[in-house]
Amino acid sequence: MKIHKYDTVIVGAGGAGMRAAIESTKRSRTAVLTKLYPTRSHTGAAQGGMAAALANVEEDNWEWHTFDTVKGGDYLVDQDAAEILAKEAIDSVLDLEKMGLPFNRTPDGTIDQRRFGGHSRNHGEAPVRRSCYAADRTGHMILQTLYQNCVKEGVEFFNEFYVLDQLITEVDGVKRSAGVVAYELATGEIHVFQAKAVIYASGGCGKFFKVTSNAHTLTGDGQAAVYRRGLPLEDMEFFQFHPTGIWRMGILLTEGARGEGGILRNKDGERFMEKYAPVMKDLASRDVVSRSIYTEIREGRGCGPEGDHVYLDLTHLPPEQLDAKLPDITEFARTYLGIEPYTDPIPIQPTAHYAMGGIPTNVEGEVLADNTTVVPGLYAAGEVACVSVHGANRLGTNSLLDINVFGRRAGIAAAEYSQGADFVELPENPAELVVSQVEQLRSSTGTERVAVLRRELQETMDANVMVFRTEQTIKTAVEKLAELRERYKNVSIQDKGKRFNTDLLEAIELGNLLDLAEVMAVSALARKESRGGHYREDYPNRDDVNFMRHTMAYREVGDDGTESIRLDYKPVVQTRYQPMERKY
Amino acid sequence: MATPTLDKADAAGTPEPGFADSPYITATFRIRRFNSEVSAEATWEDFQLEIDPKERVLDALHKIKWDQDGTLTFRRSCAHGICGSDAMRINGRNRLACKTLIKDINPEKPITVEPIKGLTVLKDLVVDMEPFFQAFRDVMPFLITKDTNEPTRERLQTAEDRERFDDTTKCILCAACTSSCPVFWNDGQYFGPAAIVNAHRFIFDSRDEAAEQRLEILNDRDGVWRCRTTFNCTDACPRGIEVTKAIAEVKKALITRRF
Repeated sequence: MKIHKYDTVIVGAGGAGMRAAIESTKRSRTAVLTKLYPTRSHTGAAQGGMAAALANVEEDNWEWHTFDTVKGGDYLVDQDAAEILAKEAIDSVLDLEKMGLPFNRTPDGTIDQRRFGGHSRNHGEAPVRRSCYAADRTGHMILQTLYQNCVKEGVEFFNEFYVLDQLITEVDGVKRSAGVVAYELATGEIHVFQAKAVIYASGGCGKFFKVTSNAHTLTGDGQAAVYRRGLPLEDMEFFQFHPTGIWRMGILLTEGARGEGGILRNKDGERFMEKYAPVMKDLASRDVVSRSIYTEIREGRGCGPEGDHVYLDLTHLPPEQLDAKLPDITEFARTYLGIEPYTDPIPIQPTAHYAMGGIPTNVEGEVLADNTTVVPGLYAAGEVACVSVHGANRLGTNSLLDINVFGRRAGIAAAEYSQGADFVELPENPAELVVSQVEQLRSSTGTERVAVLRRELQETMDANVMVFRTEQTIKTAVEKLAELRERYKNVSIQDKGKRFNTDLLEAIELGNLLDLAEVMAVSALARKESRGGHYREDYPNRDDVNFMRHTMAYREVGDDGTESIRLDYKPVVQTRYQPMERKY
Repeated sequence: MATPTLDKADAAGTPEPGFADSPYITATFRIRRFNSEVSAEATWEDFQLEIDPKERVLDALHKIKWDQDGTLTFRRSCAHGICGSDAMRINGRNRLACKTLIKDINPEKPITVEPIKGLTVLKDLVVDMEPFFQAFRDVMPFLITKDTNEPTRERLQTAEDRERFDDTTKCILCAACTSSCPVFWNDGQYFGPAAIVNAHRFIFDSRDEAAEQRLEILNDRDGVWRCRTTFNCTDACPRGIEVTKAIAEVKKALITRRF
C-alpha cells in the first residue's frame, strides 16, 4: 500500500473533473485520478451542443434559459441553482472558446447556435437557437479542449486508477472527508490518497440498463463509494431516456438532428409528435418525446417486422447540411446499420442516457450529509452530482453546460477550502475495506458469474423501471435486485492476477451498479406520481402537494448487519417560477 | 404494462426469432495473448463462438471474456468509435474493435486480433500508451495567444478559417495511426502521425500564435521529415482524418513558413 498526500484530489477526468482540475491546479497541489485515460471519458460522446443565451443569432437571455430549465425539469429543479447555471453559461462558453474550442461559426465569425429540445423564446413561445456547437461532436471538442488545457496547466493525472472507497473521519461529531482509496489497474497495488479536499466527477451509472447510450465504464463508482459510507443519494428515481438511440444498440443520435430539422415518423410516415406537442413538436423535452415514441409503439404504429421502433427521418435535409452539421451520427447509421441517411430513415428507440440524480450538493459543489449539513472537504460535480439543476428531466445541452459551470465552481471551492484547511487524520487501516473486497473477489470460489448477473440486472431494469413504470413492475425489480445482490455474494472471477485485472474491476463495478439500481427502484416505488423522467402509469399525474420534494436515500446497516434503504425528502428551492402544467 | 423490451439479441447468445436475415455464424478469433505473470512469451490462442456477423469485433471480445475466458484483457469504453480506447490490429490492420463489424472482415477464416505495434505490450491487447501521450504533449497541443488584453467576447473566426483545421480536430488519440507507421515501429523516438496531426490542428488555427514554435519542434530530427509517406496512417485512422495530407501540410509550412 502506498500513501500519497495532495491538497485536492479529483476523482474522474471527464468534462467536470478536468474543468475542476484547471481551476484547482492553479490554486492547490492537485491530483486527478481516473479509471480511464482522460480523453476516453464519456463527455466525448456528447454531440449536440452546450446551451448559453449568447443571443448571437436571435434574441435570447439567461432568464428565458432559466425558465426552460425549470420547466424542463418539471419544477423539481432548485431554481437558485438553475439561475446560476443559465447566467454563468455565457462566460462558460466564452471561456471554452478562449481555451481554443473550435465552435462552428456564424457568417459574422461569432459562435453559431442551433435549436434544441425544450429551449424556447420567451417562456415557451417557439424554439430558440441557444445551443453552441461544433458539428455533432461538441462533447469531443470540450473533452479535447479541456485535456489540452490540463496539459498546458501541468495537471497531474493518475491514469487507470480506480477509486473504490471514500475515507471519512469524524472530528468533533462532524463527518469530514479524509481522502480516497484507489486501485491501480496496471499493478493491482492499493493507494491511499490523503487529501484536504476531494471532488467527485466520475460520471453516471447508465450501465444498469441494457439499451443505453452510456459507455461500458459508466458504473456509478463515485455514487456507490459515498453511499456506502452513509451519505445520501438524491433523486435517483429520475433517469433520462433519450428519444433517439440507434435501434437495439442504444448508440446516441443527437437531438441536434431534430434541431437541424429531422422528424420522427411512425410506420405510416406520420409526424406523430404534432399530436403530443403541438408547439415544440419533435423538439419537446426528452421525457415527453420518449413517452410519445413508446405510445406509438404500444398502439401498434411502430416500424419494422416487430413494430418495435420508429424512424428518425433526415431524408428531406440537404446532404451538404448533414455532412456539415451531423457528420458523426450519419456515419454511425452507415457503420452500424448499413443505412444511408441521405435517402433512408434511421430506426431508433429511446435509450437510457442520463442520471438526473446523484450525490447531493449545494451550488458551490459541497456534498451534503443530509438536507442542510455539508461534509467539509467533500465536493461533487457533473453527472455524479445532483445540484439540482436538472430536476426530474434534463434539457439537452444542459449537461455539457453543467459540467463546465459546476466543474469550475467545485474546482475553485475545493482548492480554496484546501488552502485554508489542515489534513484530516486518516482512519485506522484506511485501505481495509478495499483490500478485503479485492481479496474476497480474488479468492472466491463461488459459482456466480459477473456477466450473467449483469445481464439479468440490465434486463430487469429495462423491463421494469424504464420509460413506463407501475407499482407492480417496480416491485418486480426490487425483488429481483434483492435476489441478484444475494447471488453477487457468491460471485467469482477467473483472473486471479495483479496486472491489468479487468475481470476483477468488472466484478467491483457490478457491485456498484447493483447498489445503485436498488436505490433507484426503491426511490421510484415511493414516488407515487409522474414527473419528468419518472412516469408511473398507476399515478399518471404530477402531485405537487405530496411530491414537490427531492428524494434523499440513505443506506442503513442494522445491528445484525442487514442493509436497508431509508428514504427522506428535501424541499425544492423555488424562487421565480410557480409550478405550472407542462405543455410543449 | 411494463416498458416493452426490445433487445433480446445478444442476451443469451441465442439467435433472435424473426431475424432470418441475420443468421448466427461460427467464427474463430485468433488472439495474441501475453501475461507476464504467467509466461514471458506471447502466444496465439483460438476462441470459437456463435455470433451475429452484424456485431462488432468488440462484441466478440466481450463474449469471449464474459462467457469463455475472464482473463482476456483489453481496453474499451464507449463502444462506438468516440473514446479511442480499443485500437487493435485486426487481420493485420489497425482498427477500432468497436467500429469493425465482423461481416466486414471475412469471418470465414480465423480473425486475428493483436495489440497495436510499436508500443510495449503490457497484457494481451493492452499496450503502454505513455510514450504516445508524451509525443502529444511535446507539440504544445493547446491554443497559445499573445493577447495582452483578453477579449470580453469570443474571438472571431470566419467559417473558412475554422474549416482550415477541421479535419485534424477529429482526432481521438487512439494511436491507430502512429502504431501503423513503419518509421515509428523502427524508431520510437519519432513523434508519429498523431502528434503531428495535433500540432497541425493548432498551426492552422487562425487564433493561435505559436505556429513557429511548433514547427521548430517538428523540424527536429525526430520530426515530420521522418515521414516516408506510406499512407498507413491515413488508412488506419478510424475518424477518416487525412493524416498524410496533414503531415504534408506541416512539411510545406516548414519550407514556406506560411500557414
